[in-house]
Amino acid sequence: MSVVYAFVAAGLFGCGVYMVLSRHIVRVILGLSLLTTAVNLVLFLAGRIRSAQPPLIREGSERLGESVDPVPQALILTAIVIGFALTVILAALALRAYRAHGTLRSDEINAAQTLGDPFAPGEADDR
Amino acid sequence: MTADALADGLAVGPVVIPLAAAAITMLLRRLPRLQRTVMEAGVALMLAAATLLVTRVARGETVVVKFGGWGAPFGITFVADTLGAALCTTAGIVALAVAIFARADIRDRRRRAGFDPLFLGMCAAVNGAFLTGDVFNLYVWFELMLVTAIGLVTLDRRRAQIDGAFRYAALTTMGATFMLVGIGLLYGEAGTLDMTHLSQTLAGRAPSVGVIAAGYLLLAGLTLKAGMFPLFFWLPASYHTAPISVSAALAGLLTKAAFCACLRILVVVFGVGTATPSVPGMPALLALLAAATMLVSVLAAIAQVDLRRLLAFHVVGQVAYLVMGLALASQAGAAAAIFYTMHTMLVQAGLFLGAGAIARTSGGYDMRALGGLIREHPVLSALFALLALSISGIPPLSGFWAKALVIDAGFRSVSPWSGWLVAVALTTGFLTLYSMSTLWMRAFQQPSARAARIRRRVPPAMMVAVGLLAGCTLGIGLAVEPVVRLSRAAAAQLTPAPAPRAP
Repeated sequence: MSVVYAFVAAGLFGCGVYMVLSRHIVRVILGLSLLTTAVNLVLFLAGRIRSAQPPLIREGSERLGESVDPVPQALILTAIVIGFALTVILAALALRAYRAHGTLRSDEINAAQTLGDPFAPGEADDR
Repeated sequence: MTADALADGLAVGPVVIPLAAAAITMLLRRLPRLQRTVMEAGVALMLAAATLLVTRVARGETVVVKFGGWGAPFGITFVADTLGAALCTTAGIVALAVAIFARADIRDRRRRAGFDPLFLGMCAAVNGAFLTGDVFNLYVWFELMLVTAIGLVTLDRRRAQIDGAFRYAALTTMGATFMLVGIGLLYGEAGTLDMTHLSQTLAGRAPSVGVIAAGYLLLAGLTLKAGMFPLFFWLPASYHTAPISVSAALAGLLTKAAFCACLRILVVVFGVGTATPSVPGMPALLALLAAATMLVSVLAAIAQVDLRRLLAFHVVGQVAYLVMGLALASQAGAAAAIFYTMHTMLVQAGLFLGAGAIARTSGGYDMRALGGLIREHPVLSALFALLALSISGIPPLSGFWAKALVIDAGFRSVSPWSGWLVAVALTTGFLTLYSMSTLWMRAFQQPSARAARIRRRVPPAMMVAVGLLAGCTLGIGLAVEPVVRLSRAAAAQLTPAPAPRAP
């Protein structure tokens, strides 16, 4: 079972990296969110996969018996929230970039590169 | 009991105070003046808490806070050791200087765009990264740093800022992904996330594939965030687009928080520098990275004509000296790196703020259009010269002692590559001096064809901020002993079990 998960995570990583290397900003964002999904699978695997009880203490019982590890689940929950927030912020930036430049190709969006470029002819504009 | 509660409050103070102030400034969005007052009060209180913490910790006690009363392997802990407290205080000074500078630089429009809450949030995240004792919590602080930094870079919503912020966000998210995979693998191997607990668990073990992979993934993620060769390209592509107060805060705080995390994870968790590191081969790789970063960044800096881009490349170059101290894999090397971190936080922020003052008076950051400022602004030129000489390592400023400590640790190190590393560090020092003196001559001394351009006066707030940081570098340089003792104590605490190490 773990092997299957490992291959799925590896496949997701591969797709994610391929998408991130693209020159299209939306693909980069999709690639990054694929990568965060792959990471979540890795975190899930880190807690070992086995069939056991959920980590809840039964009523009347004093201690947790044999159960799955709750920590990776907490980690994944946090990582999902953070990944989601970052995807939203990147999408907002992409929208802004599209409005400002009229394109989503990252090689045509180069305002930061040309600002103060030492090899640009003439004085670089500051605005 | 009350003393314990006070100590706990003190240890979380540098994080909780700016977070609370950030929440208040969020509510005061429509009242920029009040917002500014709250922000300044928050930064001042944060610095005060950090200073109290460092005086307490300097006596040799480490304040450990267990959130919710859960102990090491289950809960999240904050460990205010000497390293964390000292860096929090330095970050507090940098934040104070930026807050003072922002009085003149950040107008009401930028305050309405959210400068104050974002800046306070970034301070909280940086302090959290300095103080946390939990690797996953560290990752969360880094994400908070990233999000607030994106907000700060895009304050004016200029095209260059959006572009720079996207590059920054995309690349550092990659770095965070590496870190998170590393943390996951580490948890899978060791079953804990607490740094001290991890080091105890990993200490006696033979290196396993999972731990080695986790180590190198964490190294990749953290060196990306610290701006090391070959993963530093996001830094000079984004820092120069931000408002100059923000660039100063980013330069002074962010890459250093990443280096501090690197130091903690490599030394405490993986035992790099002890007799039995749980990940082999790291010092050699770090030495290679440090040498490459130094040379590439300083040569790139020499080619620049935009003040901010030039300084951004020097940010990269100075991080390399920190990593060099780490690569020497000795306690002296770690102590030198910690001293260097404190010095470089103050000086980098000071240089960016000085560049902001220069741009205010002469209207731009292009070095080719600058010149002759020494007549109208003798004080600014003297302060900028202090900072420029400090970064190049000229005595008696703090930069000289920082470089001297790193190079001294290099000569004492038994690593086979330390001689080469010292040679590269000295060469880079000379090239840095060349770059900074060219900059100073161009901006202040050499007459400019366009010098007759409208000159504006420099607001006193800007001068006070630059003066504060220049005064710090001079002060540390003249009274170097206590700071060196503090960094030695911090380095000694990182490796609690005195394993037999090379002399």
